[in-house]
Formats: sequence, C-alpha cells, structure tokens
Amino acid sequence: MAPYMQHAALAGTAIAIAAGLIGYFLVLRSQVFTTDALGHVTYTGAMSGLAFAFNPLLGLFTATVAVAGGFAVLGRRARADDVVIGSTFAWVLGLGALFQRLYTEHHSSGNGRAGATYLFGSIFGISATQAVVSVFICVGVCIAMALMARPLLFASIDEAVAVARGVPVRLLGAGFLIVVGVTCAEAAQAVGALLLLGLVSAPAGAAHRLTTRPFVGLALAAAIAVFSTWAGLLISYLVPRTPPSFAIIGVATLSYLLTFTWRPDARTRRPVAVT
Amino acid sequence: MTLVASVVAVSNGNASWSWNLPGDVRDMFGYPFMVNAFRAGTIVAILGAIVGWYMVLRKQTFAGHTLSVAAFPGAAAATLIGISATVGYFAFCLAAALVIAIASRPSRGRGFSAESAVVGTVQAFVLASGYLFATLYNGLLSGLNNQLFGFTFGITDDQVVTLAAVAVIVLAVLAAIGRRLFFASIDSDVADARGVGVRLLGVVFLLVLGAAAAEASQITGALLVFALLVMPAAVAQRVTARPVAGIMLAVLIGVVATWAGLTMAYYTSYPSGFCITTFAFVAFIAVHRVRARA
Amino acid sequence: MRVGDRLLWHDVNVDVPAGQFVAILGPNGVGKSTLIKAALGVIPLADGEAYVLGEPAGVANRDIGYLPQRRSFDSSLRVRGIDVVRLGLDGDRFGLPWPWSAKNREAGRRVRDVIERVDASSYAMRPIGELSGGEQQRLLIAQALVRDPRLLILDEPLDSLDLPNQSAIAELIRRVCVDSGVTVLMVAHDVNPILPYLDQVIYLADGGAVCGTPAEVITSPTLSALYKTPIEVLRTSDGRLVVVGQPEAPAHHADRHTGQPH
Repeated sequence: MAPYMQHAALAGTAIAIAAGLIGYFLVLRSQVFTTDALGHVTYTGAMSGLAFAFNPLLGLFTATVAVAGGFAVLGRRARADDVVIGSTFAWVLGLGALFQRLYTEHHSSGNGRAGATYLFGSIFGISATQAVVSVFICVGVCIAMALMARPLLFASIDEAVAVARGVPVRLLGAGFLIVVGVTCAEAAQAVGALLLLGLVSAPAGAAHRLTTRPFVGLALAAAIAVFSTWAGLLISYLVPRTPPSFAIIGVATLSYLLTFTWRPDARTRRPVAVT
Repeated sequence: MTLVASVVAVSNGNASWSWNLPGDVRDMFGYPFMVNAFRAGTIVAILGAIVGWYMVLRKQTFAGHTLSVAAFPGAAAATLIGISATVGYFAFCLAAALVIAIASRPSRGRGFSAESAVVGTVQAFVLASGYLFATLYNGLLSGLNNQLFGFTFGITDDQVVTLAAVAVIVLAVLAAIGRRLFFASIDSDVADARGVGVRLLGVVFLLVLGAAAAEASQITGALLVFALLVMPAAVAQRVTARPVAGIMLAVLIGVVATWAGLTMAYYTSYPSGFCITTFAFVAFIAVHRVRARA
Repeated sequence: MRVGDRLLWHDVNVDVPAGQFVAILGPNGVGKSTLIKAALGVIPLADGEAYVLGEPAGVANRDIGYLPQRRSFDSSLRVRGIDVVRLGLDGDRFGLPWPWSAKNREAGRRVRDVIERVDASSYAMRPIGELSGGEQQRLLIAQALVRDPRLLILDEPLDSLDLPNQSAIAELIRRVCVDSGVTVLMVAHDVNPILPYLDQVIYLADGGAVCGTPAEVITSPTLSALYKTPIEVLRTSDGRLVVVGQPEAPAHHADRHTGQPH
C-alpha cells in the first residue's frame, strides 16, 4: 500500500473513532450544531495561518480549541439562541473567505486549492507526522471519553438527580466541549470543515436508532464511523475522480439511511396498554 | 473593457476610494458589472429581508440555512452538465424545500436530538455532493469559492432579469398570503381552528423560502445567506414587534448592508460575500449590545 | 431561607424520625421544593443549620434517594429504563464498567432486583421515552432505591399522574417504606392520595411550620394558627380532606431558574 494510503487509513481510523464517540453524546445532548460552528472555526483558523504566514494547522487547532473553550465557559448561555450562533458563525466563515483571498493575493504558487483542502479535507495529503500526531490525539480523546462516559451519560439524561448525587455536571459539560473542539480540529484534516458535521451526525444517529444500550451505542457509533472511513477510502481509491471526503460522508449517510428501514423493536413492541 | 478584464482590474484593487462620494459612485457605475451587481444585490436584499422576517418569526432559520446549502450542489451540477447555473440554484433549492416540507412533522421547533442528527447528516451530504460535482468539472479553483462565498461581480443582464422576475412572483405570493401566514406563525392552534390552513401555508412558505435562498445564494454564496436572509430580519425584530415597521426596517438594513458591502468589495479586494456579511453583522451586534444594556 | 431577595420561610424547625412516611405540604410557592433542596445541600440556608442522617446537609447524599419534580424523558430518547435505573447505582463513577467482572454482574442483579420490587420488570427493557407517565415514575423510584438509601426524598411524584396511578404509586411508596425501613419525605400539593399511608405531615408556611400526625395538623385550628388567617378543613363524604382559605404565596413571580425576580 502506498504511503499516502497508509497515512490516510491510520489517521482516518483514529479520527473516525473519536468522531463516533463524541457524536454519540452530541446527538444525545442535542449539541450537534456546535460541531457546525466549530467546523467554520477550523476553516477560518487554518486560513488565518495561511494569510498571516504561520502554520495553518496551528491556527486551526488554537482557534478551534479556543472557541470550544469559550462555549465551555459560557455554558448554558451559549446554547441560548440559534439566530445569534448561526449569525456569528456565518460571519466567522466569511472571515475565513477573506483570509483565503488575502492569502491567494500574495502567494501565487498552486494555492487555488487551499480553500478546498480545508473546506472538504485532504485525507490523502496527510503526512506521516500528521498521521502519528492524529493517532496520539485521538487516543487521548478515547481515554478522556472512556473516563467521562458514565457520569456524562448521567448528567445528559438525568441532570437534576446527577447534581444531587454529586456529579460535576458543569465541569463535565465543559470538559466534553473541549474534547469536541480537539476532535473537530482533527476531523477537519480528514473530511474538512464543512463535512465534519456529517461524520459526527450520521454514525451517531445510526447508533441511536440501532440500540438503546448506551455503551453499545457508543461503540457502534465509533464502529460505523470507522467503517464509513474505510469504505470511503476504498471507493475513492478504486473509482477515479471520487473525492475521498465525499465517499466517506456518502457511506456514513447511506448507513444512517439504512437504519430507517430496519425497525429493531418492531418485534418486541407490545400494544400500548392503558396504565 | 471586457467584463473579465474589468472584473480582474477591480479585484486587484485598481480602484481607489477618493472620498468624493458622487465622483466615486459615478466611477463605480461606469462598469456595467457593478451596475448589475447593485441591481441584483438590491433585488435580493429586499426579497431576503421580507422572506427572512417571516423565517425568523417562525424560528425556521436553520431550515433556511439548509435550503441555501443546497444551492451549492445545484450550481455545481448545472455547470457540470452544461446548463445555466441559475437553473441549478433554483431547482435544487426548491427540491430541497419540497423534501423538507414532505418529511417534516407539523412541529416547527428546533426539534429533538434525533432530528438534529438528520439535519446535520443531510447538510453534510448535500455539501459533499456539491464537492463531488465541482471536482468532476474541475471547478476547484475559482468556481468553488464563487458558489460558496459569492461572486457578485459576474452577474449578467439575464441573471438580473431572472432574479427580478422570481422576486416579483415570490413577493406577490407573500402579499397574498401574508396576513394568514403571520397569524399561522404566531398562533398556529387558533389559526387552525379558524380554518387558516396552517399546514398548507407551511408548505408554501418553505417553497418561498427555497426561492429566496436560491436568490440569496447567488449574491452572498451558498454559505453566507444568513447575511441577507437572517440578520436584517433578526435586527428588525429586536427593534420592533410591529410587522409593517419591522419588515420595512429589515429591508432598509438589508439594502444598506448590500450597498455598503458591494462598495467595500469594489474598493478593496475582499470577497463580496464577506463584505456584505460584515455590514449586516455589525448591525446585528449593535442591536444586541444596545438591547443587552437596556 | 431566601430566594433572591424574597424571604421564603423562617423559623422552620423540623425533626423527622427514621422509618416514617412524611409529607411536606403547603400552598403553591411557599418553598416546599426549596426545603428539599436545602436538605440535599444543593441550596444553602440563609440562616440556621440542616442536618440530614446525622450529617450537615449535602454530606450524606450517597444514602439519599432523590426524585426531583416533574421529570419526563424526551419521547425520542433511546435509552432503556433499566439503564436509567443503573445510572442511579453507579452513574457518578468515572471510567467504564468492566463488562465481565463479578462487580458488574452483581450490579446487574441489584438493578433487576429493585426493578422487581417496584413491579416494573415487564417494561424495563424498553426505551424510557416510550413509556407512560406511571411507568416512568416507577422506574425513577427504582433508580432512587437502587442504592438502598436510608432516606427517600420525592418532590411531587404524583403530580402528572392520573388518579389510579396516583394511588398505585402511593401504595408502592408505602410498601417500600414499611418493607425496607426507608424514611420517606415527600412533597405533595394534594394530601389525599397519600393520606391513608402517612405517619406525619409537615405543613409549611411563611412564618414557620407545624409537624405532627395528620389528625393533629390538618385541622382548622392548627392551620389557622399557622397561617394567621381563618382556614377551614372539611371532610367530604368519602373521607377526603379539603383545605379552604389557604393563602397562595405572594405573586412575586420569581424566575424559577435564577431565583431572581423579574
């Protein structure tokens, strides 16, 4: 297997696992669109790096984690208003377009693709170093999620009782958002700022439809994300001119769609008794 | 000067702002593409503000965003098969509106966690498809940015006519159903009882929204439609609750933001979508700051 | 106890003996839920002390089972009833449960046992969002009981249930109280569904509280003295009690979430 393929598979797998795990909780907590906002930030962060001549990955990471931290600190108030959040992050995206224009103005070397690379990912352009870093980061994400999963589940489903039981609900929510920020920064390298929303939504949505056991759901979300990534990479490799991020998101979407045709509790559902 | 050459000259910042307003404006309108940009921008700003006002009222801003996102694969697919991009914009946005209308339950709120997974997936897949089409016709250099972030300086006379025609039709429809729509939006249960036909109105409105989203995408790009669809209306609704005053205010803000944005894009080399969005966003922040302190 | 700048109640001296079924009653807005939260240490008292199970409020929460007010789960929530009960057992522990360990099996057994005790076994495996109000409430009681608490605190658990369910759940709570020796402290706005099972009542008012058996407390003279306004307690022909003349709390309409009046 060619090196670029190895790097893509390695990084892609690590990122998919992380995306699946956080996706399960994002769907549970109705925080899916936080990833949309963070996705916009990854693009603008990367473009700021290009425009102001520092490493775009650095810009991407710091901006994304900083904004995720901002969400974490604001807590409840940050989830208040769709219009405010949507407007703010629309403008942030526009800012990224500005930075991209600034960059292409002053550099003329093969830069027309810069936008596409960060908007739609460039998984086959991941270097060996990037791949190894991704693996380390995603292992960190997995460990953090493994530690947090139980109390976070409690806090997400049953907040009042969790608080009474001494679960640090606010802290967990904030920590979770930081983990989401880190994962989004990673996922942007694989599937891009605009599509990472799909990588966290579709496998997790499918997992929620397939099972009601929380830990099984977590594992399933990660598994479906990994499967989508591998299948997507394979399709992109075999079918010429298919962009890998499209293939990955396509498989994930298809998987989610399939879960709508299978009704797992159809057999066990008994007629509703009037109790 | 040919269209392409003059556009290139402008985007390289050849124009310079001389603080002599009438002189500057005359210079700007010396270029036909600028005139078209202003015409198209104004039409869309008006349409966007009015449709957006209802959209913000009905708390359907996210549906609006998802519909506009569909403009991207629409334009890309149209370019791929060689038909006019305009057709692509409208076809995809209206189709998306129909899909949402059919698939959604009567509840128009933000919805439960399960629904947001669906919307997120659909949005990503739609954008991914656009990327596929763009890759297939090798439009990854300039084409992509134009469709995503707007390129108002390439608007042809035909496009202006189409935008105007569609806007007139849509506004006529809105004028006809406006009062019932308002009733249904703020008090759907009572409206239902009165026989206002809430569900049908909802479907019609989604189609209206699809058309408006397609129009806005051609000015600000598929990703930045918030600037024309949401922000002016959101500002207006914070300032006043009265419908007529609110709509007029929204139109004013949208048009001013568009004009200011286009002017800024002309004199700097910044993308037009960004410029318009910035002015709209400034108005948005100003209103929120003032209100927060009140 | 203050909420915002409003004095909710003062001079409340309450002593609850172990193993009894006690109701906290009073008009709307007097601060019954707030009293509960003070007992849990979630809200601090403005003045005075609260000791629960021999410790200051909040310390002994591990031994308390708590059912907050008006919880219902989103109908699309895809988590099973049994998992919600399990969260009550160890949901506050960090790290993942090891699926094949003896500890995990033991935990599973305890969960199944407590579900059996509340007669919810037939539907515990279904997604909790799909269950009826009464079914959800039984599972939530199981969740509160799974750690074998010494004290069970319930905040208006019968609130959203229909009459047959109310008496069924009330009876269940009584059974738990008697069989397991758990002290039950229950906030209610209507004493009638639980009246046959109560050992004590605490009637809460602005200026204090009265504790005692229902027969002692829910009488016209006692309540009139407590609220400093004429109150009549009437007994209907089927044995229910009706309290007439009870003042509602002053309409400050404090914001429930921040406690700030708006």
